[in-house]
Amino acid sequence: MPEILKLDNVSRRFGGLYALRDVTLGIDSGEILGLIGPNGAGKTTLVNVVTAVTPATSGRVAFAGEDITRVKSYQAARRGLSRTFQVVQPFPEMSALDNVAAAAAFSRPGTSLHAARDAAREHLAFVGLEGMAGQSAATLTLAMRKRLELAKALAMRPRLLFLDEVNAGLNTAEVERATGLIHQIAKSGVTIVMIEHLMKVVLNVCTRIAVLHNGALIANGAPRDVIKDSAVIEAYLGQQYARRHGHG
Amino acid sequence: MKRSDLILIVLVLCLAALPLAGGAYTLRLGTMAAMSCILALSWNVIGGFAGYPSFAAAAFFGLGAYTTGILLGYKVPLWLSLPIAAGLSFALAGLLGAVLLRLRGHYFAIASLALVEVLREIVNHATDLTGGGMGLNIPVTAGTDIMADARFFFYAMWLVLLVTTIAVIAVSSSRLGFGLSCIRQNEAASQMVGLNTTLYKSIAFGLSACFVGAAGGVYAAWVHYIDPTDVFDILYSVKPIVMALIGGLGSSLGVMIGALLYLVLEEVVWRNYIQFHSAVLGALIIALLLFLPHGLTSLRGGLLLRRLRGA
Repeated sequence: MPEILKLDNVSRRFGGLYALRDVTLGIDSGEILGLIGPNGAGKTTLVNVVTAVTPATSGRVAFAGEDITRVKSYQAARRGLSRTFQVVQPFPEMSALDNVAAAAAFSRPGTSLHAARDAAREHLAFVGLEGMAGQSAATLTLAMRKRLELAKALAMRPRLLFLDEVNAGLNTAEVERATGLIHQIAKSGVTIVMIEHLMKVVLNVCTRIAVLHNGALIANGAPRDVIKDSAVIEAYLGQQYARRHGHG
Repeated sequence: MKRSDLILIVLVLCLAALPLAGGAYTLRLGTMAAMSCILALSWNVIGGFAGYPSFAAAAFFGLGAYTTGILLGYKVPLWLSLPIAAGLSFALAGLLGAVLLRLRGHYFAIASLALVEVLREIVNHATDLTGGGMGLNIPVTAGTDIMADARFFFYAMWLVLLVTTIAVIAVSSSRLGFGLSCIRQNEAASQMVGLNTTLYKSIAFGLSACFVGAAGGVYAAWVHYIDPTDVFDILYSVKPIVMALIGGLGSSLGVMIGALLYLVLEEVVWRNYIQFHSAVLGALIIALLLFLPHGLTSLRGGLLLRRLRGA
């Protein structure tokens, strides 16, 4: 599988604090990478660096073979990098349909608003929100807004999709539904990087896991191996988790 | 086209019939009304659509007035001077916008306010070109007959208003308007879906400046004499905002109605309370904004009817 994203010694500093420190990580086309680690480990910062929300302080980011370290976030979006936000970011006064249509229209210059709305209808149907098309985004429940966020990201027809805690705050049934959607998206050929705290989901969905701790990559490999890694248990999973799952 | 846009166009077209109704005083009022509507509709593009509260209108009003005044002095005809003034305002606003629109909220408001002062000072000091504080005399363009003069400038201003209205409606139903709405509601999310926010905001700021510049140009040709304190008057920045707030942010029709209502209030108050008209007008505006914070457009026709029937 060819590498779609490559981070080379990427660091991001906020004043004296390294949110990311010399991270080198490759992501292959077609995989579902789980990005885990304790709060403040730099997971969201990594997504922000790649999607150009907060550019890297040093290092290099390449997407599909091209250097994107210094592009603007709207340019990254147009190249096929799309993401959902940990705290959902809808256009609150717009209808669900127009929220998704905005993503379809602006990610591809030249798309007419009419065509964008048509595409938006399909994506809303995919996430099961077709009945909510006319509702303003502010009136949707959290679970629906998370799915709306997903529909928006998909309407950009991404090649690489970052999912930043899409399951946080959802109940069991909603998590199952979201997991199903992620599987389907991956099947359609989109490479996925997901930040996730629910280990059950991570193990169920991901083909590989990367672990961040204090801004550094401490493990990277097959899920089964990573959860046995003593550094990962020490930093994130905890002895209890390890014992419960028989690896301690 | 939405129904409210249709009503807006009809309203503007009706205004064209004003010369049939009255004399020089009415036409003067009509010209001022058209000018206010241009300013308010223009402000709505950056303030209402994009959500950036600009106080820069006076800067571009003055710029347009001086550009036109100077060009007329060089015997450039009015019909050519006005588009040049508009184009210059658009270009300057677009360029400055790319920088200023990085600021948000209050910071942007203050920066746009500073723009008025900067341009005023430049005009004040460029004595050779502008006459500085002495002001600028502008050659008479429309002839000497009072009624003909009044009618000519009314139609000149009205024409600018018509163009402004068409442009504003076109923007609101276009990709640009859609993008500006996204920016107002969530700028970070707009960038993440691939929207070039800097470009869109700059175009919006340029559009909000160019018709104001043209209105300033017509004004200069109309009054034949301008000086920096007159055309860079901060009230040209503040009044359109008040009008837009009275009418209802974001809706072009609302803003236009707000502008007309404001002018009626201003005129009535001025006539009846000549000693303390500013105080009365101020109190009225505060009352309106307190009790109708979302403007006149928040009043629904049906609701109003029901209330009138007492049901």
